[in-house]
Amino acid sequence: MSISDFLRGSPDGIDVTGPKLIASFEIGGITINLTETVVLSWVIIAAVTLLLLWLTSDLKTKDISKKQVLAEWAVTTIYGLVDDTMGKHWRKFAPYIGGLFTFSILGSLISMLGLRSVTADFNVPLTWALITFVLIHGTNIRTHGLGGYLKGYAEPVPVMLPMNILSEISTPVSMSLRHFGNIVSGMVITSLLYFALSVITKKIGIAFCTIGIPAVLSLYFDLFSGFMQAFIFIMLTMVYISNADGNAEA
Amino acid sequence: METNNVDYTELSRAIVLGASALGAGTAMIAGIGPGIGEGYAVGKACESIGRQPESSGAVTRTMFIGCAVAESTGIYGLLVALLLMFANPFINKVSG
Repeated sequence: MSISDFLRGSPDGIDVTGPKLIASFEIGGITINLTETVVLSWVIIAAVTLLLLWLTSDLKTKDISKKQVLAEWAVTTIYGLVDDTMGKHWRKFAPYIGGLFTFSILGSLISMLGLRSVTADFNVPLTWALITFVLIHGTNIRTHGLGGYLKGYAEPVPVMLPMNILSEISTPVSMSLRHFGNIVSGMVITSLLYFALSVITKKIGIAFCTIGIPAVLSLYFDLFSGFMQAFIFIMLTMVYISNADGNAEA
Repeated sequence: METNNVDYTELSRAIVLGASALGAGTAMIAGIGPGIGEGYAVGKACESIGRQPESSGAVTRTMFIGCAVAESTGIYGLLVALLLMFANPFINKVSG
């Protein structure tokens, strides 16, 4: 094992690739690829569904159980966050925000189990950003009407039209790239560091580098980064959607 | 003279790889801007929490959003660097 192995990526070394293809089949001329991302997303969806079914079963109004306290805490936290950030009249968005947050945080934290982060696939954050994009423009059209919405592009002066269109398009692009970039950079940096630590261990022969140090690094790159990006994503979603009704509130 | 023994495909691949490594390093200069900007924003947030400790929740939340937005340019630089390192688009342009 030499330094050139480190740079080139030896067979048992760095493996930074896209999500692996698990299965591929064709339905009516359309090829459907089942990647790691899709399968792990299904696992997360199933896990969350089962968890919620368990949490919401057997609800009572008197002498409530511990799991009901947990469920009520989760719901009130999400509703409180939406109320604080968007205002009480936007409460209907709370389920979407809560679902997005749960999926995003579990999708990032699944890397703690040694699997590939769902959010380290650009398709996933892009999908969420496009849903948010549709919600922003749908809210705008609902509050201002189609005419008012289209007029909004020519404000403050009609010369700004291309600029306004560009800034609207850059919203989902920057949101998705931020999430993707943070998670994938954490993944790359941790895999580089793990490889470097294993090389040092092989050189010295005593496994002191691979104990403890990866845990500290994982704390920042997986836990903190994953939680932070999920939080920022839902905060930006809420801010953009509640700003879409313009000065109707002010 | 042994100049005829040079494998020009290998040479051009080497040049492309070296230039890509330099480009990946250069792209990370984009980290300077967000670093300065976020440091300034966090400093200001600390100042305002010191002045009004009761508003620390709202200040912290707003600061994180601002930091996230300021970070985009750095992330774009990082993505360019990652692209050059792990999914180099130029290496396939070298024809044999």
